[in-house]
Amino acid sequence: MTPPASALASPPAAAHAAYDVARVRSQFPVLATTVRGKRLAFLDTAASAQRPLAVIEAVDHYERTSHANVHRGVYQLSQKATDAFEGAREKLRRFIGAASSRELIFTRGTTESINLVAQSWGQRLGPGDEILITWMEHHANIVPWQMLCARTGATLKVAPIDRRGELDLEAFRALLTPRTRIASFIQISNALGTVLPVREMIAAAKAVGALTLVDGAQAISHQRIDVQSLGCDFYVFSGHKLYGPTGIGVLWGREALLREMPPWQGGGDMIRTVSFSGSTWNELPWKFEAGTPNISGAIGLGAAVDWLETIGIDAVQAHEQSLLTQATAALREIPGMRLIGEAADKGPVISFVLEGVHPHDLGTILDAEGVAVRAGHHCAMPVMEFFDVPATARASFGCYSDEADIAQLVAALRHAHEVFN
Amino acid sequence: MDLKDLYRDVILDHNKRPRNFGRLDPCDTAADGYNPLCGDQLTVTLRLEGDRVEDIRFEGRGCAISTASASLMTEAVKGMDEAAIQALYGRVHEALTAAADAPPPEGLGKLAALAGVREFPARVKCASLSWHTLNAALAHRAQNAAGPGGGLDPTPIAAVSTE
Ligand SMILES: Cc1ncc(COP(=O)(O)O)c(C=O)c1O
Repeated sequence: MTPPASALASPPAAAHAAYDVARVRSQFPVLATTVRGKRLAFLDTAASAQRPLAVIEAVDHYERTSHANVHRGVYQLSQKATDAFEGAREKLRRFIGAASSRELIFTRGTTESINLVAQSWGQRLGPGDEILITWMEHHANIVPWQMLCARTGATLKVAPIDRRGELDLEAFRALLTPRTRIASFIQISNALGTVLPVREMIAAAKAVGALTLVDGAQAISHQRIDVQSLGCDFYVFSGHKLYGPTGIGVLWGREALLREMPPWQGGGDMIRTVSFSGSTWNELPWKFEAGTPNISGAIGLGAAVDWLETIGIDAVQAHEQSLLTQATAALREIPGMRLIGEAADKGPVISFVLEGVHPHDLGTILDAEGVAVRAGHHCAMPVMEFFDVPATARASFGCYSDEADIAQLVAALRHAHEVFN
Repeated sequence: MDLKDLYRDVILDHNKRPRNFGRLDPCDTAADGYNPLCGDQLTVTLRLEGDRVEDIRFEGRGCAISTASASLMTEAVKGMDEAAIQALYGRVHEALTAAADAPPPEGLGKLAALAGVREFPARVKCASLSWHTLNAALAHRAQNAAGPGGGLDPTPIAAVSTE
């Protein structure tokens, strides 16, 4: 059906009005709680999102009715658990548009996914090989590569950023050489909010024959992801930033690549046969899932993506972008405010410092007003160094964030400014 | 819970105008303190006479709680010997970590202003960083004094706030 012309011409505010944020909020029990007697304004979704009832109930239902170990028992309960666990894998496959569920490996989260690639795929690297990352990576996308370089003699190269917090794409291109084996980068920066030009980066890396890993930890809950159209080789994210439980995450990789890669951890489930003359490996994806997995976590994450689809990730994105615009404008009005990260294209993340108030004091003052923000280096110490700040405060939005959260943040920031000046 | 309990005027004042700010050069011992969680860092330099603090300075950057705590500490320990410093630190630590409804600490003078931290467990580390750093500097001096060179190596050693 073609929408009427008036709908096409309507400003973003109208799209936002159609989004029923009150109904979304009603799905998150924690949002009804108070902090020190104040309404909770939860603005730390970039660190970890809250869970909707659908997730809480799916985990609860599994624990009450279906728990047994997976891929083992012949009895009905074990089959039920296996079906639920593998069913969750299928939901996630669909959610990211992967070609096959063999490509979807459950891990503990983004950090473990990157370590898996660095340790398994990374075994083929040697002296002279290069790994390219960017200056705004989370420590999870720096340290595993540093460790790999220390083991193999490969070299880690870092593409620079500018004062707005944007990647210097030309410099990134220039740093790619025929020796670059992998380029690994965030899709959205957790410290600055910057959306990276990942399509251009992937194409540039491909042109020199390098693989690409995209750290989607901050992107996965804010925009539709289709790993096949993105064109990367690995895509990683954490369940807890996608309204799912902690301790569960995903590594997606191209099947041909995963097939060539040696197993990472050894143990049960990842083998086909074991004998003292040698063992053989299970098929994908289980080759990379040694030991009893986080069954309830996977089921909870499957429920999270089902739930998110019911409100629609495009609608969520429009809502969050509208809040980002409003909050950015409101914050700029506050005396002494300095935004850290002013890229043209941003995810719903605002990092800032307030003159004369250390981010930690700010965090405490905001907490007293019921406002939960992150204060610290956001696991991106090179970014803090680049902007010459010890830390920043960061407000980030999710599907349940609303205008009242922003108003509460702004009032609390004005109060902080008063206390200290 | 009142924010004014944490950010008392004494704290705000010492944050804005830290006392004994800077670096003693030469000094007898020094230590760098770092809180990896929040990035607060400071350097404490000391001039000693025997084990008595003749002069003390600190510099670095941190939140209001850690800056004010360091500033108040330098005022308090000037002229004290090591035993007196340890005893004072014991009382400060008690004040920082006491239950929220415990009676206000006694005998701490201006340092009592830090007691509001007890209601904010996440901030105790900020308040104790300078004390850990001072302890590290004193321990460093003792080690050097025992070794060759007789305590003449003032290279700062690293202290990390751990509680
Ligand atoms: C961009 C980015 N990468 C990686 C991570 C690490 O995720 P996890 O701690 O869930 O493994 C985070 C989490 O903060 C992140 O924001």
